[in-house]
Amino acid sequence: MKVIEAKIVVLGSQGVGKTSLVVRYIGKMFSKHISPTIGASFFTCNISVGDARVKLQVWDTAGQERFRSMAPMYYRNANAALLVFDITSVSSFNAIKGWVKELQSNVSEEMVVSLVGNKCDLQESRAVTYAEASSYAASIGAKYCETSALHDQNIEQVFLSTATALLALSATNQTMRSYDSADDERQNGSPTEEQATGKVELPAWNTDNIAHGELQRNMCC
Amino acid sequence: MASTSKDNVQASTSGQGNPADDLEPGACPESVLNPSDSFEEFASEMSSSLQERNINLKSKSSTISEIQSEICDGNKDNTEITSTKSSDDLQSKDDQMSALASSCNLSNQNGEDSDNEKDDYLQSPELVNKEKHVFVLSSAGKPIYSRYGNEDRLAGLCGVIQALVSVVEDQNQDILRSIITKDCKAVFLVKGPLILVAVSKSNESETQLVLQLTYAFNQIVSVLTLTQLNRIFEQRRNYDLRRLLSGAERLIDNLFIFMEKDPAFLLGAVRCLPLPEKARENITNAITTTCHKIRDLVFAILIAGNQLITLVRMKKYTLHPSDIHLLFNLVRSSESFKTAESWTPICLPKFDATGFLHGHVSYISEDCQACLLLLTVQRDAFFPLSQAKHTIAEKLRRSNCLVAINDALNRNQELPTTNPLKHIGIPEIRHFMYKCKSTAQLFTSDPISLDRLQDYRIRHKEGGDVSEKKIEKLSDIDYVRNYRKFCSKIHCTSSPAKLIFRSNSDDTVLAWVTNGFELYVTFDALMEKDQAIKAVDRLLRWIKREEQRIFIMNAPTF
Ligand SMILES: Nc1nc2c(ncn2[C@@H]2O[C@H](COP(=O)(O)OP(=O)(O)OP(=O)(O)O)[C@@H](O)[C@H]2O)c(=O)[nH]1
Ligand SMILES: [Mg+2]
Repeated sequence: MKVIEAKIVVLGSQGVGKTSLVVRYIGKMFSKHISPTIGASFFTCNISVGDARVKLQVWDTAGQERFRSMAPMYYRNANAALLVFDITSVSSFNAIKGWVKELQSNVSEEMVVSLVGNKCDLQESRAVTYAEASSYAASIGAKYCETSALHDQNIEQVFLSTATALLALSATNQTMRSYDSADDERQNGSPTEEQATGKVELPAWNTDNIAHGELQRNMCC
Repeated sequence: MASTSKDNVQASTSGQGNPADDLEPGACPESVLNPSDSFEEFASEMSSSLQERNINLKSKSSTISEIQSEICDGNKDNTEITSTKSSDDLQSKDDQMSALASSCNLSNQNGEDSDNEKDDYLQSPELVNKEKHVFVLSSAGKPIYSRYGNEDRLAGLCGVIQALVSVVEDQNQDILRSIITKDCKAVFLVKGPLILVAVSKSNESETQLVLQLTYAFNQIVSVLTLTQLNRIFEQRRNYDLRRLLSGAERLIDNLFIFMEKDPAFLLGAVRCLPLPEKARENITNAITTTCHKIRDLVFAILIAGNQLITLVRMKKYTLHPSDIHLLFNLVRSSESFKTAESWTPICLPKFDATGFLHGHVSYISEDCQACLLLLTVQRDAFFPLSQAKHTIAEKLRRSNCLVAINDALNRNQELPTTNPLKHIGIPEIRHFMYKCKSTAQLFTSDPISLDRLQDYRIRHKEGGDVSEKKIEKLSDIDYVRNYRKFCSKIHCTSSPAKLIFRSNSDDTVLAWVTNGFELYVTFDALMEKDQAIKAVDRLLRWIKREEQRIFIMNAPTF
């Protein structure tokens, strides 16, 4: 089975619903009481695409202004980015343009970028039109998707299409760890083995050891 | 509130007849916490002159870069930063200021000036009748933070505060410290580019209020660093800091709720989670054996419910209680740490105000609400630390330490420390709090349950009103309120008291400070002094007997 490991960073203004999206996808739930992220939160998940598997490290960053200068630490070496805005907030959409500039000038490796307009359940207070957002996405070579973490709309698709694009990218991209894993099942059984083999860039990352957010995903939505 | 009857107050400096002079429960040769007394520090803060203040803010060396260079260079000697002391007389300035007192009124009740819109806002229910207001503004007079109400609508008030402060500075070459009216104290603290003001109707002393404002300043430094704070205002004096602090207001809100309720702040000490000696040892060992090879790790701190479980540190470095309080506040205020492992910059102002440490923050497990903070100078260390955390959690589970932690957190009735008064068996004692000075650790008879503090998820904009009603049964929070005035007598810089005994028909309070400890005890009404001292002797012996459980008695390093 082909397995790739990739890192994805979730960026966007404060309160647009980044954590809600990730928690909805990985934890399969929505909580009204999610509190603002401090620094960044780390999640992992496995996504099956056909007969391949994508092991994703997800960095859910904090939108608060004071953490802005920390962002490079989180997007450095990322293979994919979810740029999230809130469709009821023009300023959160405008902030995306800043992120795009920053990624373009600071990340040299090719990256899978998706633009996500969240809170699409709030149609009545929409402030950014679908057309505007999707044409902007096209202009930067990104996919556009509108989601609702509240109603669990389109979130599977966002992650799945990112995973699919990452698989395609892994054919040419050297920074993603990619291997054929016949003995993958055995690895699951003995969590220390992977750690012992060591990795170039992620010395101690081992999904079997992560307490939160570990969930096997299948291609069904 | 209990009345003070001056005649009954007996201050003794001789210490004659004191029991158990040699007892210092909790004392140990080396401490994980820096025991330097906050009160001394704040007294020097209060008495520093204008020039000293300006110099102080510049001359800071960076501990973080020191550690970083040390990791590269190998070991080298380092110099200690010494704090400034000033012998200026506080009192004379106070006197000058009280002349100003009558002219200042927060809500402008005199009503002589024409009432414009802004003044109306100051009369609104959001602002009127609060026990304590806190305002933070820039030295240019821009509102940054208000505990109640909307900062935008307080621009007028902030302008007035800024004017008051700068008039005293510019025209008198002096520092505005406080304005006292009949029922209200306004205390000012100018720190770097910020002006902090507390307007309080509580019984907290001026020093206690300055201490709280300093904490608020440190909280701001903790999210921005002093370097960034200074640079921002050097570049743009008119900068609106609310943009950068957005989301951090709740940290300040929560900090004030804490400071008003938790005696740890009053005494500048840290409360430890009482644990069997063996369990704490196992926990510490799990951390040291897992982490000793991680070179850049400066502190590993395990906390639960605002109590310290253990602290392992890099050799030579200790933490100041106030930095730990800020960590408690951060963890307590950040529900998001419960969702996933976090990686976040944290500045500890006493440790190094100029830079960030990087923190791996996570709860030990779903079934144990202890939070592990691994603080490093290395910004790429997330994965090794994540790995270490999981190893530590596994070790704790296997050695049954998680159970021990949960027992203590859930206040298992079988533990002697859960309900100490029952175990000690001195029925006349209603409440006590004890601080071991050399280790800056604290123990009280009835730890304030966190559930009784406010809901930490919502911004604290309601509540906080001055309450008139007399409460029938005192809660631990009320005892602590009662101790405040005794505490300020004991920490009074001009003539500190060593032993205070005050007995009246409400209760009897004994406050006693020695070289080794501070002790505050509330007894039943009308106790005799002899009787009280005998009881205190027994109390101290009990604390001594339980010290290994109550306190952290060693200072482990990696
Ligand atoms: N109506 C609606 N509300 C949402 C949706 N997603 C998130 N929210 C709400 O938006 C608020 C912010 O959500 P978070 O997930 O914390 O936002 P964030 O982007 O992670 O915020 P930071 O961590 O501060 O950057 C919360 O009150 C959520 O309940 C959504 O799809 N629809
Ligand atoms: Mg978030």
